[in-house]
Order: sequence, then C-alpha cells, then structure tokens
Amino acid sequence: MSEHDAQRRARLAWGLAASSLLLLAAGLAAGGDGWSVPALVDTLRGPDARLIVGDIRAPRTLGAWLVGALLGLAGAIAQGLFRNPLADPYLLGSASGASLGVVLVLAGSALAGHGISLATADWIARIGLVGTAFAGALLGVLLTLLLARGAPHTLRLLLAGVVVGVMLSAVGDMVTTLAPDALRGRQAFMLGSTSFLSWGSCAVLAAGLLLSAPLAWRLSRLLDALTLGEDSARSLGLALPRLRLALVALLALATGLAVSQAGLIAFVGLVAPHLVRRFAPAPHGHSLLASAAMGGTLLLLADVLARSLAAPVELPVGVLTALLGGGYLLWLLHRRGLS
Amino acid sequence: MTALLSTLNLRLRLGSTQALAGVTLALRPGWTAIVGPNGAGKSTLLRVLAGLQAPDAGNVSLNSRLLHEVPLREQARTVAWLAQQGDTSGELTVREVVHLGRLPQLGLFAAPTAVDEALVQQAMAQTECAAWQHRRLDELSGGERQRVLLARALAVDAPVLLLDEPTTHLDPPHQIALLRLLQRQARAGRTVVSVLHDLSLALQADRLVVMDAGRIAADGGCDDPALHAALARVFGGALRVERVRDHWIAVPHLGD
Repeated sequence: MSEHDAQRRARLAWGLAASSLLLLAAGLAAGGDGWSVPALVDTLRGPDARLIVGDIRAPRTLGAWLVGALLGLAGAIAQGLFRNPLADPYLLGSASGASLGVVLVLAGSALAGHGISLATADWIARIGLVGTAFAGALLGVLLTLLLARGAPHTLRLLLAGVVVGVMLSAVGDMVTTLAPDALRGRQAFMLGSTSFLSWGSCAVLAAGLLLSAPLAWRLSRLLDALTLGEDSARSLGLALPRLRLALVALLALATGLAVSQAGLIAFVGLVAPHLVRRFAPAPHGHSLLASAAMGGTLLLLADVLARSLAAPVELPVGVLTALLGGGYLLWLLHRRGLS
Repeated sequence: MTALLSTLNLRLRLGSTQALAGVTLALRPGWTAIVGPNGAGKSTLLRVLAGLQAPDAGNVSLNSRLLHEVPLREQARTVAWLAQQGDTSGELTVREVVHLGRLPQLGLFAAPTAVDEALVQQAMAQTECAAWQHRRLDELSGGERQRVLLARALAVDAPVLLLDEPTTHLDPPHQIALLRLLQRQARAGRTVVSVLHDLSLALQADRLVVMDAGRIAADGGCDDPALHAALARVFGGALRVERVRDHWIAVPHLGD
C-alpha cells in the first residue's frame, strides 16, 4: 500500500469515527421539537430523562447506525459478488420476502379481527412482525437459490433474484387487495422506519453485525479475486460455487436483520460502498468494513434529519435516504457525463 | 518443477459449433505456441487444459492423473492461466493484483510470507511493472494492464503456464520482451503454452501446434516445411513462411 493510499484510508476512518460520534450525540438530542441542545438539557433535567433519552432516543440512534452498517456491509458484498456497482442488498429477493412476511401477518391479524399496525403493535406483535419479516427475507433468498440451483453462476443468481422479487411482490399485492387493512402497514414497511428500534433490536443487530462483518472480511480476498473475472478466480484454485454461497448467506443475514428491524430503507446499501470507493479506494478487506461504517453514518444522518427537518412531524427515514442517495447518484452520473 | 499435461481425444460442442473435434496432445517442458484461424478452438483448448471447461468427451491428464480428479488448489498451483481478455474491475493496485497470484499457495486466509513477496516482486520486475506497482488498474493503458495480468500469472510460480493471447495490446518492444521471457521460462523447465495470433512471434517457439476447425492440423518444430505448408493452408493461402537471417517469419501473401 502506498503512503498516499494509507493516508486516504486513515482520513476516511477518522472521518467516519468522528461523524458517527457527532451524529450519535445529535441523535440523542433530536426529539419531538427537532434538533436542539437547550431542549436536550431540559429533557435531561426533567423527570422522564431516563425514559426519553435512555429508552427511546438512545436505542433508536444506535439502532439506526447498526441497521445502516448492516446495509452498507451487505451492499459492499453484493457489489463485489456481482461485480456491479449498481448491485444493492435487496437483489436476491430478501426485500420482497420480508415485505410479504409483514403483509401476511398484518392481513392475517386483520382477517382474524385483531388488527395490528406497525405503529401501535405491542411487543408480542412486534416480535412476531420482526420474526416474520426476517423469515420472509431468508425465504426470499432461499427461493432465489433454489431457482438458480445454488450459486454456480452469478448471472443465473441475479436473474433468479429478480424473478423471485417480482413474484413475491405480486403475491404481496394480491394479499393487500384481498385484505386492504394490511396496505397501510405495508406502506410503512416499504418506507422504512427507525422509530421502533429498542435495546432488544440493538442487541440483535449488533450480534448480526459482529457475526457477519468478520466473516465477510475473511472472504474479502475472494471478492478481490473476482475483480479479475470468474474464470481467473477459478484458475486460482477458489471453489466459487461454495464460496459464493457463503457470501450469499452473509448477504441474506445482514439484509434480513436490517430489513426486519427497520423496513426497506433505500439506497444506503447502494451508496455506502460508492462513497468509500470515492474517498479511499482499497481492496475488499478494507472496503467491506469501511462500507459498514459509512452505511451506519449515512443512515444515522438521515434519521437525525428525518426527526428534525419538519419537526414535530417526522419524515419517513427511507424517503430521506432515497432522496439523499438518489441525489448523490444523479450528481455522480452528471459528473461522469461531464468528464 | 516439470509437469506433463496431455489430452486424449478431446471433444467439445459449444452451441452449434464443434469447438474441439478430437484433440490429442502431449505438452512437455518447453514453449509450445498454438496458432490457427479465428474459431479454430485454440482458446477453448486452453480453457479445457486449465480445467475451466469440461469436455463432452475425452480427458485431460496432469502428471498422469485425470485433471478433474486433481484437487482444485493443487491444479491452481500446477497450472497458471492468463485469460484472453483482461476482464478486470475494482479498486486494486498493480501490486495487489499480482499478489492474487499467490492465492493457490496461500488460500484465502493465510498471510503472505517473504517468499511470496519476493515472487511477486520478481514477477513485476519480469514484466516491467514494478515501477508503478501502487497505481490502480483503471489508471493503466491496455498494454500496461496486460503486463500486470501476465505478472499475476507468473507470480503463481506454476510449472505449467497457459497464456491466451499474452501479446494483446503490447507494443513491439514489449512483445519481444515477452517472447524472451517465455523462452527463459521454458529453459527453466516450465511447460509454457501460448495461443498467439502473431505468427512470426509464434514461429520463435520450440514447438508449433496448428489448429483448424477444432482439430490439430499440424504439430512440430518451427523449421518443419510440412508445418509451414499447413500454416499456409489453414489460413487460406494468405501467408507464407520465410526465413530471415536466423528466424522464421510469416509474410502476408498479397497475391500477384
């Protein structure tokens, strides 16, 4: 590694660490009245300080970073695996699978006369929704793998993911047509939200990140080898079908956990690896972990903005990530077009 | 260090084309160049030799063992392969790409040793890319990138080198340098097999295999008149082989 590259990586690492810490503090300060230090001081002095800051804002803030980190990691895995800078974590059917899981629970409970909504769900219903979304995400990826007959070919895997995504979305549409009560919950899920994240969610997300990030890092040289093309990677003695399956499993785990806890948050998984490559291009051993940190920072930024921009109204965080991420990609396209 | 790679009656159909129609070949230490018109099956043969494509019939043996029965890592340590088109993407530097050539020895998880580093530096020196080892592949010209990919193949330090069009994008001085490099590798006891379109370069090899329509049309030393005649025949009479000083060269035959 050249000195210049080492400096760029160090700058990125320090920048991400500092922004994450600042945004974590901003997340604790952002409340119903928007982002305000005096309001935070008042809240901290008030009788409900522990409840508001300790049990609501802190887990939500930390959870947002963890969800973003899982999406950033999954995005970097997907872009390396498919050798495509436009690949995102939702490619293999996990998003539509999770969405269908949520729709089925909401529709089922509505039809049984015990309607639940994402906003008012008690903890049992909440665990049920999260569990079903996670199972749906994994089932979506499993269907993709079945359709692609494992992971021997990247293109077949990609096409199978698209087909499964379209089909599961269609089933979800059909269910919401038959049970319109589920439509609102589905829409909320599609927009993404960090407002339900609890300490329990944080524990699950952190465990997922602590498991998937080191394993992905261990497989990073496979992703490096894939940059030379699949045949060259195979000629280096790498058992691609088996190793690709391991990467798909990590992708499914990271995406499934993030989606089940916070819904479909757009663009974070797509944009985080792009930003890392822009600031500090590096082999996957570095870029996977940096993309996770970048994803966490981006989603936390979007979450703080979502809570503050139109306070007391809270904007759906997924809408903001789509605007920020889409805007960045548009700028990138414009810039490349000019050059 | 030496290895024997051989094929027995290889047959392979790709779509409606019979890419290999019964190829039997024994490759020994030394430099063998494979030539032939477009679509003759040269690259396909190299892919089958590298274990990247299974034949429909026939087999490939490596040191008297069937290639598909040799464990993948052992295959990769014994046979290094360079693709026809450098299909590269990503953010790796020259040095990082050449280091990938050590994966067959190290696997995914072991850290490179001083020996690995020395072989990487040697491969970069042999292909004259050590001076810009910290540049990224997307900052290089086609010829520079080809030299890096060749260095990656050399870094494997395998007894068999399979090179598909290694002179692609190279300027004449680097083509000559590559020729000298292949000759040195062959003299060191390696089995070097290269597909080449530049027939004059190919005629400097120890052995020439001429392919046509998935078959071996001629096989022999480069000063064999029968081989020269076969070359002219498979290229439709568009060239003739002449001796200039001590070298055979292929001259386009432009007619009367």
